[in-house]
Amino acid sequence: MTALEETAVRSAQPVSLERANYGDRVFKLVLTAAAFLIPILLGFLVYELWSGSRLAIDRFGFDFITSSTWDPVAEEFGALPLIFGTLLSSLIALVIAVPLSLGVAIYLTEFAPKAVRQPVAFLIGLLAAIPSVVYGLWGIFVLIPVLRTTAFPLLRDALGFLPLFQGAIYGPSMLAAGIILAIMIMPYVMSVSREVLLAVPNTQREAALALGATRWEAVITAVVPYARSGLGGAVILGLGRALGETMAVTMVIGNRHEVAASLFAPGYTMAAAIANEFSEAVGDLHLSALAFVAFVLFLVTVLVNAGARLLIWRVARGSGAGSSAL
Amino acid sequence: MNATLRPQTVVPAPKVTLGPRQPAARPAGKDGPAVDVRDFSFFYGPRQALRNLSFSIERKAVTAIIGPSGCGKSTFLRSINRLNDLIPGIRQQGDILVEGTSVYRPGTDLVSLRQRVGMVFQRPNPFPKTVFENVAYGPALNALVSRRDLPDLVERCLRQAGLWDEVKDRLDEPGTSLSGGQQQRLCIARALGNQPEVLLMDEPCSALDPIATQRIEELIFDLKQHYTIVIVTHNMQQAARVSDFTGFFDQGQLIEFDQTERLFTKPAHERTEAYITGRFG
Repeated sequence: MTALEETAVRSAQPVSLERANYGDRVFKLVLTAAAFLIPILLGFLVYELWSGSRLAIDRFGFDFITSSTWDPVAEEFGALPLIFGTLLSSLIALVIAVPLSLGVAIYLTEFAPKAVRQPVAFLIGLLAAIPSVVYGLWGIFVLIPVLRTTAFPLLRDALGFLPLFQGAIYGPSMLAAGIILAIMIMPYVMSVSREVLLAVPNTQREAALALGATRWEAVITAVVPYARSGLGGAVILGLGRALGETMAVTMVIGNRHEVAASLFAPGYTMAAAIANEFSEAVGDLHLSALAFVAFVLFLVTVLVNAGARLLIWRVARGSGAGSSAL
Repeated sequence: MNATLRPQTVVPAPKVTLGPRQPAARPAGKDGPAVDVRDFSFFYGPRQALRNLSFSIERKAVTAIIGPSGCGKSTFLRSINRLNDLIPGIRQQGDILVEGTSVYRPGTDLVSLRQRVGMVFQRPNPFPKTVFENVAYGPALNALVSRRDLPDLVERCLRQAGLWDEVKDRLDEPGTSLSGGQQQRLCIARALGNQPEVLLMDEPCSALDPIATQRIEELIFDLKQHYTIVIVTHNMQQAARVSDFTGFFDQGQLIEFDQTERLFTKPAHERTEAYITGRFG
C-alpha cells in the first residue's frame, strides 16, 4: 500500500473511528464510576458511624473499650465484654474449624476416591446455604442440650484444672457460640482450601514422591507449603465471617455483658448487642453507644483482617498458589 | 531383529526386597546391568502403552530414549521409579530390575526404590522453599545423614550439579527465584541429595534456552562418572551428543537399541532410519 492510498483509506472513515472511540470512553467512564462507588460508600459508612457515635465518644472516650459496665438506666456504657466476646468466639470457631476444614480439604483433593470427591464437597458447600437463624434454632434445640448434659460435664471432668473449663454450666455460653460459628464457617474455609489445593501443580506432588516421600509426607511437606498463602486466605475468609455473624450467635451465647474466664459462662458479642438493643434503645446516649460499638466492630474487623493478611504475606514469600488472591 | 544387541548377561537376581529407608545394601550383580527390563508391558486401562520391552541399561553410562510423541518414552521412564502408580486403572506385566532388585515384586518399598532412583522432570519444579531446603529435602526426609552433616551434603550436591558457585551466597533465598536453567540444575542437585544409583531425566531441557541446555548437557556428561543416567528426549541431536546408548521407541515398542554412534550412523531398522532422518515423528 502506498502512502497515498493509506491516506485515502484513513480519511474515508473518520466518523466511524470517532464513534468507536466515543463508545470506549463511555464504557471506561461507567466502569470507573462503578469501581469508585464502593470506596466512596465505604467512606460514607465510616463517616456515619463516626458522627452517630460522637455523643458516646465525647462522653466516654477511650474508657469505652476498657470498661465493662453496660447500664442503659444509669447511662453508663463500656464495650469491653462485647469486644472480648467477639474476638473469643471467633477464635474458638477458628481453632475448631480450621483443622477440620483443612483435613477435609486434604482428604478430598489427595486421598478420597474420585466418586466421593464431588458429592462430599457439594454437601459441605450446602452448609453455607443454611440461613443463620436456622443454625441458631438448631443450636438452641439440639446443640445446647447436648452440650449441657454431656459434653460440658465431660470437658469439666477432663480439663477442669484449667480456668477455661470451670464454673457453672448453663448451656448458652461462649463455647456454644464458638461451636456454632465453627460449623458455619467450615464450608467457606473448606471450599476455598480445596480450590487452593487443587491449584497446586501435580509436578510438586510428583517431585516429592520421586524423592521418596510417602503420600502423606508429600502432602505435608510439599503440597500444603506450596498452597500456604492461599490456605491463609481461606482462614481469613472464615475469620471475617465469624467476626460479623449475628443471629446464630445471639441465640446461643447467653447475651450477658461480662468478661468471664470460663468458656461455659455466657457472653455477648458486638454484632449481637447491636442487633438486640437497637430497637429498644430510647436514650440518645444509648443509641450513640451502640453506634460506637458498630464503629469499634468495624475497626476490629479491619485491624484483624489487615493483621492476618500481613502475617500471611510474611509467611508466604516465595510460595506459589493463591498468593495473588490476597 | 533382536532388540537387545548387547549380550544379556543376566545374573540370577537375588530375591531381596528393597529395605526400609536405609542405604540399601547393594545386592550382588555389580557386573550385571544397572537397570534390567524383562518383557515389560504397561497398560492404561484397556490401552497398551508399552509392549514387551526387554533390554538392559548399562551402569555409569547415559542411555537415551528417543521416539515420536506418544510412543511411551515417558511412561517407560516413570515405570522405573513407579511414579505411574498414582494413575488409576494402570497395570503391568513383566518386571524391571534396578541393581538386581525387582521393582514390581509385591512388597517392594516404594520409598526406598525412589530414593535409589532419582528423577528430573520436564519443567523445573523446585519447591517454594530455600535453595538449601530444596537440596536437603530428600536426605532429611529419608534420614540419610545427620542434621549436622546436611550442609556438607548440600554443598557436595550443588557442586556436582554445577550450581554451587552461583548460589553459595543465596542458599537462603527461595529456589523459585533462580533462573529457569538454574532451577533445573537445582532440581538435579535435589535428586542427587538422595545419593541415588540411577538418575532418570524426562526431557530435562525442553523448557530451557540453548545456553542453559548446553550447561545441562555438560553436566550430564560429568554426572555419568558416578550415576547411571536414563534420559528421555525428543531432541535427536541431544541424544546423539550426550548418550552412550540409545533406544528408539515407536508405538510402545522398542524398535532398536544400540550404541548411540552406531544407531545414528548405521541404523539397523528402517523405521529408526526414517525417524532419525526426520521423515516422521
